[in-house]
Amino acid sequence: MQSRRETLKQSAIVAGLLAATGLFPRAALAFNKAAFDAKTVADAVKAFGGGAPAESKDVTLTAPDIAENGAVVPFGVATTLAGVRQMLILVEKNPSALVAKFDVTDAVEPSFATRAKMGQSSDVYAVAITADGKAHFAKKEVKVTLGGCGG
Amino acid sequence: MADPMRIRAQAAGGNATVRVLMSHEMETGQRKDSAGKVIPAWHITDVTATLNGKPVMSAEWGPAVAKNPFLQFTIKGAKAGDKVAVTWKDNKGDTRTDEAVVS
Repeated sequence: MQSRRETLKQSAIVAGLLAATGLFPRAALAFNKAAFDAKTVADAVKAFGGGAPAESKDVTLTAPDIAENGAVVPFGVATTLAGVRQMLILVEKNPSALVAKFDVTDAVEPSFATRAKMGQSSDVYAVAITADGKAHFAKKEVKVTLGGCGG
Repeated sequence: MADPMRIRAQAAGGNATVRVLMSHEMETGQRKDSAGKVIPAWHITDVTATLNGKPVMSAEWGPAVAKNPFLQFTIKGAKAGDKVAVTWKDNKGDTRTDEAVVS
């Protein structure tokens, strides 16, 4: 088990490395609030520098047709496109459409899975933004039997 | 402090599939408590991963990611014995890093 000191030291090293690599185009480790506050899919994509999204067969969104529990809906996003910089998961009818953004580097496959909350039945989008600023998406309608945002 | 993350990294065909289960409330900021006051948003905002100290993955998450978030991704060129470290940071400034060895 790592000692607390070692954990802290490693966190500092990781943070330093990340800032140095310039993986984050905005201020190092800054959370892109504008994108997460965006109310529509187009706005969220624009906040990451993507152009108007175009539907593409090269982007795949794996999601259930019906989500039993809107608080935990599994999603997978993947793409076969080359030169992808970012992949986004968006739920159109959520209070804030953008669920997650994954940065794609040469060290990882452009394929991610996570679980998200859905407030109601909605279209879900997987968007891949390539280095040239083009946004490609795939969408799927996911029905929710019990909403997951509470309130 | 939060419970440790559970990280499984398995090597397969020159890549390592990493599965992480994090322990975090992920409050959306939409819910109200019994007194009618809004429970403030408290969720992981940034997730990063390194392979043997080199950053390989980063992600930004909004409040819509589910409670006790699950994450799966695949690192290219990883082999058994490599160290994978995953770090998350939330909107209150808390952070946590956990490590696993690729098996």
